[in-house]
Amino acid sequence: MAELIIISTLNGVLYGLLLFLMASGLTLIFSMMGVLNFAHASFYMLGAFLGYQISQWAGFIPALILAPLLAGGIGALVERFGLRTVHKHGHVAELLFTFGLAFIIEEVIQIIWGKLSVDYRVPSWLDFPAFTIYATNYPAYKTFMLLFSIAIFIGLILLLTRTRAGLIIQASLTHPNMVGMLGHNVPRVFMMVFGLGTALAAIAGVIAGAAFVTQSNMAALLGPILFVVVVVGGLGSLWGAFVASLLIGLLQTFAIASDWSLYKFFGDYFTPTRGTILHDVWTVTIAQIGPILPYLLLVLVLILRPTGLFGTRET
Amino acid sequence: MSDTTKSMPAAAGASDMVARIKRYGVWIAAAAVLLVLPYIFPSGAAITTMCLMGIMIIFALSYNMLLGQSGMLSFGHAVYYGLAAFVTAHTINWAVKNGVPIPLPLIPVVGGLTGLFFGILFGSVSTRRGGTAFAMISLGLAELVYSSSLILRSFFGGEEGISADRTKLLRFFGYNFGPQIQVYYLIAAWCLLCVILMYAITRTPLGRMCNAVRENPERVEFVGYNPQFVRFIAFSLAGLFAGVAGSLAAINIELAQASFVGAAQSGAVLLAAYIGGVAFFVGPILGAVLVTLLSVKLSDFSEIWVFYFGVLFVTMILFAPYGLSGLLMMHAQFWSGPFGRRIARIGRLFGAYLIAAIPALIMLAGGILLIEMIHHVAQKGAEGANMHFLRRPYLTVNTYAALPWVGATIALIGGFFAFRFTWPTVAKAWNDALADTQRSQS
Repeated sequence: MAELIIISTLNGVLYGLLLFLMASGLTLIFSMMGVLNFAHASFYMLGAFLGYQISQWAGFIPALILAPLLAGGIGALVERFGLRTVHKHGHVAELLFTFGLAFIIEEVIQIIWGKLSVDYRVPSWLDFPAFTIYATNYPAYKTFMLLFSIAIFIGLILLLTRTRAGLIIQASLTHPNMVGMLGHNVPRVFMMVFGLGTALAAIAGVIAGAAFVTQSNMAALLGPILFVVVVVGGLGSLWGAFVASLLIGLLQTFAIASDWSLYKFFGDYFTPTRGTILHDVWTVTIAQIGPILPYLLLVLVLILRPTGLFGTRET
Repeated sequence: MSDTTKSMPAAAGASDMVARIKRYGVWIAAAAVLLVLPYIFPSGAAITTMCLMGIMIIFALSYNMLLGQSGMLSFGHAVYYGLAAFVTAHTINWAVKNGVPIPLPLIPVVGGLTGLFFGILFGSVSTRRGGTAFAMISLGLAELVYSSSLILRSFFGGEEGISADRTKLLRFFGYNFGPQIQVYYLIAAWCLLCVILMYAITRTPLGRMCNAVRENPERVEFVGYNPQFVRFIAFSLAGLFAGVAGSLAAINIELAQASFVGAAQSGAVLLAAYIGGVAFFVGPILGAVLVTLLSVKLSDFSEIWVFYFGVLFVTMILFAPYGLSGLLMMHAQFWSGPFGRRIARIGRLFGAYLIAAIPALIMLAGGILLIEMIHHVAQKGAEGANMHFLRRPYLTVNTYAALPWVGATIALIGGFFAFRFTWPTVAKAWNDALADTQRSQS
């Protein structure tokens, strides 16, 4: 039991940190431009596929550097030539634009890499067990992912709070007009932040793609969970996104490891007839409902605390 | 009654008559078109396509009650469509099993009520806020329902779905709805009814309040209305009509599947409504017809037609945010003045369009050829060098040779610059037409 808890906690924190790598970019973009980037998870997917392709040609380390740069560049171009054009038509048009973009990115990836998963593997020099807890070997690559995510996280905090660029970004979040008056090019700041956010998502893609499945449906699977993170944490709150990422990461990881069901506890007293909805509900295990837990959390949060855990602003 | 008619001046009576013809004539004409369509396009494939169009028209219009009329962007409208389809399938099976005398034409009522029920249930949670928050909640709810479809197998039927035999129900004036043509008339009748009802709703005070909530919810509150409640009512009604559409879909293919509640279905209706244009009532109708037609026909030409579809959607958002109907309405203003002058004016404008269309087509052809070749090389390496462009054997392209790649690139880039070169001509023709219209009016 202790083994299960330790391993699940490690995996949950890892998953949570990966979610946060993406949610942080999404939150920054949302706070700055008021637009929720529907295609954010698509940049994660793009990062994974670019990472796969570059690591095929040049190895993992170049992939880890080049793929986020490329994806970030594409993101900046999208902001410059797409979002900025639709901005004048309002928020609904912006949201629709990013929705269409997500659609196109998925199709482009299918055109180039196909619908099946690609063979993106952990680099051989990280493919060994790092340490052993009880009887379980914990892979070195997952340890690397954990440390790398934490490093990026600290780097992001330092960038936002300790550098001049970070100060301008923070000021542009709340007072874009004043920052413009002071002579900074606010649209360019927006473009940079959009590029930075998409690059963060792509980093998550490069490191997660090797550990998990790299397939053209990965954005569609992850995208909605990302929105749950941002809403549960509170729209526009970076700390909220952090807490919600870890919460959902742990929630899903622990759910997968659990085979509890109503039947297991009450099966001796009452068993519904086979083929009814009640029977389905009775026998379903926590592991099976793992995928819907984030959405249940979303609905609960929206009913009980519509601003999210740390949110202050209404949209 | 007859006294008042007599005492009314003849001219007023005539204008009353004209107004009435204008008011009801459209619907009578629509009914006539729906009646004769199967005689104009009698092939089986055409009738199947028209059935899909009818369903999509109801679905897209119900979606537009949210997006166009009330300004609510939903990413989960398929929930109401899909759940209604499942309840429909279960209802048919239940009625057949227990010998309950319900004729098939009444079954969509069940679907509509299902949609209304879930619209009220989920609407009470999700319509508290508009804008981005609403969009995300709708997405979350859609994912919740879709994920539950994998768990609640007895209701959603797992992978196979729930099938239902529509012919076993009580006969309706001797029709058993086995042949597709009978189903077509069933769908057409429901489609017309729903379109009329949804149009009527836009003319009620509720419809006007929906528009007001879309434009400025704060001001609606000042006037004394509750925007949340207006949104809630609109959302529930949209659920009702989506339910009718879902029910007809289940009847049409005699099956309800988990994909009916999925994200792709929600995306399809969003695309249909937006491409048609959400600002006008007819927009989603045009969009539904076009999107259904494209999704049936484009796969004959390309494997990756969904990509072109996405590009069309994004292009519309960037350059024609009011959709097809918006483009049509922009040109409707030129339709005034003496008849000959109208024709000449529009003729000159379309002449300019034709000049712009030639380089645009060259650019498109180059781009499509490039994408198809990339797709062929990346995905179809096993089939060798030769590719059938647009799936036509007489358009065989050798993807290993340099010429097609260079040619396609030149066509794309050269076409683009030539296309840009024609823009001033088009703009001038547009301004001339505008000036001519104003002159003929004054």
